[in-house]
Amino acid sequence: MFPPGLFTLQFMQNAWIAGTAIAIIGGIVGFFVVLRGATFVAHAVPRASFAGAAGAAVVGQSSVLGLGTFAVLSALGIASISRERRHGVATALILAAALGLGDLFLTIGHVYAPAVFALLFGQIVGISTHDVRAVLIVSVITVVLFAAAFRPLLLQSVSPHVAEAHGFWTRGLEILFLLLVSGAAAAMVPVVGALLAFSLMVGPAAAGSILGKSPLQALAWSVAFGVLSLWLSVWLAYLTFWPIGFYVSGFCLLFYFAARLIKR
Amino acid sequence: MTWYQYIWAPGIWGNPAVHTAWTAGTLVALASGTVGVFVVMRGQSFTGHALGDVGSTGAAGAFLAGVGALWGFLAAGAVTGGSIEWLGRRVRERDIATGVVMAFMLGLSALFLYLVSIYTNASNAPMAILFGSLFTVSPSLQPALLGLSIAALAILALIYRPLLFSTATPEVAQSRGIPVRLVGLAFMLALVVAAEEAALAVGAILSTALLIGPAATAARMARRPGMAVLLAAGLAVGNIWLGILLAYDSYWWPPIHTGWPVSFFVTVVSLGMYAAGGLIQRVRTTVREGGR
Repeated sequence: MFPPGLFTLQFMQNAWIAGTAIAIIGGIVGFFVVLRGATFVAHAVPRASFAGAAGAAVVGQSSVLGLGTFAVLSALGIASISRERRHGVATALILAAALGLGDLFLTIGHVYAPAVFALLFGQIVGISTHDVRAVLIVSVITVVLFAAAFRPLLLQSVSPHVAEAHGFWTRGLEILFLLLVSGAAAAMVPVVGALLAFSLMVGPAAAGSILGKSPLQALAWSVAFGVLSLWLSVWLAYLTFWPIGFYVSGFCLLFYFAARLIKR
Repeated sequence: MTWYQYIWAPGIWGNPAVHTAWTAGTLVALASGTVGVFVVMRGQSFTGHALGDVGSTGAAGAFLAGVGALWGFLAAGAVTGGSIEWLGRRVRERDIATGVVMAFMLGLSALFLYLVSIYTNASNAPMAILFGSLFTVSPSLQPALLGLSIAALAILALIYRPLLFSTATPEVAQSRGIPVRLVGLAFMLALVVAAEEAALAVGAILSTALLIGPAATAARMARRPGMAVLLAAGLAVGNIWLGILLAYDSYWWPPIHTGWPVSFFVTVVSLGMYAAGGLIQRVRTTVREGGR
């Protein structure tokens, strides 16, 4: 059940700390992602940030820096070409462009294949103490931003017209939301990978929104499901050596199904 | 070595890999461009992208099971498309269902690729599955691609009118006795076929680019749906041709003899077309308003 080293090895301690942080971030940012129906954006931003990591490898910079830069750039790109809460087409275009750019970086940069694989699918043994510090810093910034923007963003997500009538700067809140997603993406990708970071922003929050009777309840469920998924995944990934992203996405699907069944 | 080789590299007509790429790219572009118009109109971009992305799950699964890649792609597409239809009946639920299902399929893909790298000696297989290239398409795939394109276009031709009606005004269409849900299901089938065909032949990145880019551009420029469909198909074919040409030329660009990926050029051209479409739209509106 609990093999030696699960809590004592340095990289496992790093995985527990960083994992818990990103599960909380995923739960809270996911709350707004689900409320606004912005799951495509939540998928696209971490995915696009992969290109930044590839680009950082080409110019010899740290991958976290590249991830963060591309996460913010893609979020702003989506904001700049999307019209009134209809993100679909803009997201697809920006995502495709970022992926094409990532492909180019990989081709001309001769990036080492296992490194690419880890960035795409996550690797718990790969989290260094340096990464943990970066993840924690980005997480704290995201939480502070979230707490500061919670009330106006909630109002604007639930009834945009009322928010506009009250004089809130709708476009600014939109951009703020996208920045929250990019903060979460930058924290998550090094741990669970670019392809699966978004599952932590979608599954737990979707289950929470089904079960919660009020926004705060939904938020609490979302964080609880996220943290539980991640803890189970870290444990199982250590036990079996299978990629952690597989477990994370599996538990997220499970919780979503369970919530829908209970509510039926 | 003359200057024009940088924009029209020698030997592009004689190269068999380029020939295959032309044919495969054109077939894929025709189907994706046409289906894409409805994807954009129905707001299903995420589903369209998800279907292309989960192709890697099918490819890795087929590699493990030792069956043809085509069947893996189609199976992954059918499972994903079916789950999204089943879970996402209401519009608000649709994108959430797409996200959860797609995340699980990608998680499965992570597991399959891991198993591929453990149980086989094909250390490059995961990378080839994730980042397929148009220049490595096998010529033997051409009949299958032709069949898939015809299937997708035939479904669309069959449901064209009711689909247009139930896309524009679902409630009215329902009240006029059009089986909106069945039409939606048939469209999902066409989308699965087109997206998986594209993911198989040109890779997941280009599948999204060809599905959304030309269609979104056409939607900006055309006034009638029929016009938009023709324009999108044409733009998609032009997009992939230009991408192939530039990728072939880039063999002579720095770092010399490496070649830049087709996906990069196609996505850049796609984004450029979309921007140009917006510009044309704006100029047209200004001219029309100025004339009044």
